Amino acid sequence: MTTEALLWTTLLLPLAGVVLNIAVGRSLSRRAVGWLASGAVGAAFLVGLVAVGRLLALPAEERVYLTPPLYTWAVAGGFEVPVQLLFDQLSALMVLVVTGVGFLIHVYSIGYMAGEPADYDFRRYFVYLNLFIFSMLLLVLGANFVLLYVGWELVGLCSYLLISFWYTDPQNAAAGRKAFVVNRVGDFAFALGIFLIWSVFGSVVYQDVFEAAHSVAPAVLTAITLLLFVGCTGKSAQLPLYVWLPDAMAGPTPVSALIHAATMVTAGVYLIARASPLFDAATTTSAVVAWVGVLTALFAATIALVQVDIKRMLAYSTISQLGYMFLGVGVGAYTAAIFHLLTHAFFKALLFLGAGSVMHAMEHGAHHTGEHVNPQDMRLMGGLWSRARWTGMTFLVGAAALAGLPLTSGFFSKDEILAGAFLSGRTLLYGVGALTALLTAFYSFRQFFLVFAGEPRSEAARHAEESPPVMLVPLGVLAVLALGAGLVLGWPPEQGLIHGWLEPAFEVAPKAEGAANPLTLLLVSSVIALAGAGLAYLAYVQRTIDVVALSARFQPLYRLLWNKYYVDELYGLLFVRPFFALARFLADVVDKLVIDGAVNGVATVTAGVHALARRLQTGYVRAYALSMVLGALLVLAYLTYLAQ
Amino acid sequence: MNAIGFPVLSTLIFFPLLGALFIAFIPAERPKTIAQVAFGVALVDFLLSLVVVFNFDPTKATFQFVESRPWITMFDMPVITYKLGVDGISLWLIPLTTLLTAVGILFSWGSITQRVKEYYILMLVLCTAMLGVFTALDVFLFYIFWEAVLIPMYFLIGIWGGERRLYATIKFVLYTMAGSALMLAAIIYLALGMMDQTRGLTFDLLAWYQVFIPPRVQLLAFLAFALAFAIKVPLFPFHTWLPDAHVEAPTAGSVILAGVLLKMGTYGFLRLAMPLFPVAVKEVAPVIAGLAIVGILYGAAVAFAQRDIKSLIAYSSVSHLGFVMLGLFALNAEGMSGGILQMVNHGLSTGALFLLVGMIYDRRHTRLMKDYGGLWRVMPVYAALFLVVALASLGLPGLNGFVGEFLILLGAFQANPWWAVFATFGVVLAAVYMLWLFGNVFFGPITNPENEQLPDLNRREVLVLVPLVALIVLIGVAPNLFLAPMQPSVEALVDHVTRAAMAMR
Repeated sequence: MTTEALLWTTLLLPLAGVVLNIAVGRSLSRRAVGWLASGAVGAAFLVGLVAVGRLLALPAEERVYLTPPLYTWAVAGGFEVPVQLLFDQLSALMVLVVTGVGFLIHVYSIGYMAGEPADYDFRRYFVYLNLFIFSMLLLVLGANFVLLYVGWELVGLCSYLLISFWYTDPQNAAAGRKAFVVNRVGDFAFALGIFLIWSVFGSVVYQDVFEAAHSVAPAVLTAITLLLFVGCTGKSAQLPLYVWLPDAMAGPTPVSALIHAATMVTAGVYLIARASPLFDAATTTSAVVAWVGVLTALFAATIALVQVDIKRMLAYSTISQLGYMFLGVGVGAYTAAIFHLLTHAFFKALLFLGAGSVMHAMEHGAHHTGEHVNPQDMRLMGGLWSRARWTGMTFLVGAAALAGLPLTSGFFSKDEILAGAFLSGRTLLYGVGALTALLTAFYSFRQFFLVFAGEPRSEAARHAEESPPVMLVPLGVLAVLALGAGLVLGWPPEQGLIHGWLEPAFEVAPKAEGAANPLTLLLVSSVIALAGAGLAYLAYVQRTIDVVALSARFQPLYRLLWNKYYVDELYGLLFVRPFFALARFLADVVDKLVIDGAVNGVATVTAGVHALARRLQTGYVRAYALSMVLGALLVLAYLTYLAQ
Repeated sequence: MNAIGFPVLSTLIFFPLLGALFIAFIPAERPKTIAQVAFGVALVDFLLSLVVVFNFDPTKATFQFVESRPWITMFDMPVITYKLGVDGISLWLIPLTTLLTAVGILFSWGSITQRVKEYYILMLVLCTAMLGVFTALDVFLFYIFWEAVLIPMYFLIGIWGGERRLYATIKFVLYTMAGSALMLAAIIYLALGMMDQTRGLTFDLLAWYQVFIPPRVQLLAFLAFALAFAIKVPLFPFHTWLPDAHVEAPTAGSVILAGVLLKMGTYGFLRLAMPLFPVAVKEVAPVIAGLAIVGILYGAAVAFAQRDIKSLIAYSSVSHLGFVMLGLFALNAEGMSGGILQMVNHGLSTGALFLLVGMIYDRRHTRLMKDYGGLWRVMPVYAALFLVVALASLGLPGLNGFVGEFLILLGAFQANPWWAVFATFGVVLAAVYMLWLFGNVFFGPITNPENEQLPDLNRREVLVLVPLVALIVLIGVAPNLFLAPMQPSVEALVDHVTRAAMAMR
């Protein structure tokens, strides 16, 4: 097969899964439905691997492949959108992450969704999931901004559908709608960015735009990149548009792993890395990106400290980790950011699937004892290590990688971002990032200890049961990746496999003179991670630190964090409720009374005049004809008068 | 003159009228036969419109399939000609009209039980009148068809409508007629004024195109025409007849009203107001664009506040037609192509939405959102189709609405970036009210026990929706099939307007 055919096949296989499961899924067993969907993604992964092999055969600087246009999507005036794919180091890596992690999560889902009462819903789930993979592949493979935008909105649709998957609960429906609408706010800016790109460059194709980037005024580039970045804050859940992601946990847990941790939410990072020629030239925007990123990282990490819901805590952790990635792209450390995107995909997918397995175990326990417990409440867990050993072990790996314990994958990638910040000379960015790392290590192990250590804190936890192999095998694979990917790909620092692969795709950021040795920074990072984990151990296992007393002592701060800084309430007050009120006012007062009132008023007056005029209605046609002619003449005379 | 060898446009226009005549001779006691014949006629007419589409030369900007016969002559000079033709601007409105008529009739099989014969006769007559509007190339002929449309629609709403049908239909007719009266005066005035240049009194539109009208006259005449068209579109603030008419009209009436009748307004701008009064158009464009933007945002906000599903969709039309107007008055090829495509898109998606609402209304006899909820579980096929259409309406990429909106906003951005900034916000609001509607009807628990046993769509209902949904997807995935044939005509029009306005400087 030609490389071109390989790429189209990769893209279209998941779509074929969608079509097949809609067309014939009804007559298939659940197993067949699940494996059909998983197989489509697995096959896409394999075909993608072959395509990557083609790239590898080329010299490092020539690893860019652009397919000829399949067809032209639209031509209007000077605007043209060819449907073609761009396969380079960046999109190749994304394709493998999306289909690879996607495949594991599909397989896991077969077990996780087995309890769905209706076959229809089981099928619906896999249709959505396959549609998501297709959309995400379109997003990363499309060779112009419009195709990216198409994929960008389609993944948002899948996110909406999957968040509100269990739609009979109005809360889930509301969470889905919130996700879509908040994302649309970001997309609003993104679309304007594309319009501006087109009016400046006369094209939306990456190559045309990037080649001409140097000849455009910096202010214009700043405007373009800022608009694109606002889009990123929606999709990738950064300040101030992150609010939808915690609520998105209403969806099935594998969805949280795939869409709301490993892949979709990283689309913003991908976009900036893809448009790096524009962002590199717009230094103001890069600074904004870095600061928004690092502040989001800190902000979300502080909220994660006090969460008691196993999934929501991971959601805030995802927001925080995405913040690190934006810090990376903001300081020009693109390779580090994409490296972290990769390792985060592994360890966060692992943690979410682990959380799903924990919930599964808790539900079993609750089923056994007849209790009604919230299976996501970590306050009711504890002691699960002995009940669900495999889940526990893999979860420990995930927690360690998130915490950045030395030699885990998260350790290398996060450190490289921090090093990038440090070496760019902006030590304040580094400082905030390092502080966040300490918090991250703490909350990560706090979660692990709350779930797995100590004594069970409920009957359900006491009777929890380990999940089936179809769920545990993906956990194992991800655990291996989360543990080893950093060392394999990222060692030695700045010279690992990942650097050799990605660096030709980016312009390398200039480094400050006399910067610290990366190894020193590695050491600092190690100490930070171990300190955070150690503190969590003291607080939740040894109990030498009394967290209850601490939270009582700092009651206002604790309440602020517990209530997530009241941001949802603030947005409700500032945007949602005023919009509701405005809409009501416009509909009931302005439209009904003012505008329609005026129309009906005219009609009433006319009717009044008619009552008088009725005496003219003699019933003689010739009289009518005369008056019509007279009337038309009057109008004509008036027009003639006006025109002169 | 004609590539096909027979007067295809006349056949297309008058075949439904013939069908209506034929139905007049079928005894009223055989409603089933009447309904089937009506559908057959509409279907054949749809196929005829496809003949037009497939024989259309997409490389030409000129009128095609032109037919011209003197109708009323004075001193051996044809004053009013029976002149028809199609170009890239009107091309897609023709199959849109015939398709929506056909699916509207097929839908009505299940819901029209009173005065069946009259109903189908009126539907077919309406089809003839609408096709006449989109093909007439004589201003007088255009006006006749334009007004003729009102008559069948007046009866359709007034007889088969809801509780407040009389109020709604009289408001609809009086409001639109008030607008067209001024247009008539302006038409006569223009014809008289042009006599020197056209060498005799004529209403031939192509002859009018050749005349340069003095700017001051242009402005007045434009305002007279624009009022008629703006009411029809409807452009904010002339929209209040629309929700009443939509809510009260029978389902197929709403489909035709939203799908085709509103397009007569935007088409009027394209066919008459813009080419005839380019200087005025250029001058007034910011005002109209401003009203269009207000309409986009206002329509969306008011739609959100509705409790009745039909009136929510009606207000969404105000918002969508605001997009169309913005695209047209961006006065560049991108915006105008987007606007014309969006006319078709809106016809398909809003037509489908009204059909969908009609299907649920026929089952439950209520249009209030609060009476529904949780329907996905009981009507999964219905829910899936509704979802696709709702997503098309809110402009999801991959479906048709996105293409139109994107091009419109792109064009608006060229004309004035601030237009695009405000208008693009309408896309956010579209998601708000559409997902609100979808969520309220399909998500949540089933709160009303009457909804527990609702039957899912039957085969006929699916058949009604499938062509619309298929086109929604096709236009979304391969919009160029639809954009390419309109390009030459659009570019010629943009060129004409720009050059005339430049000449004035």
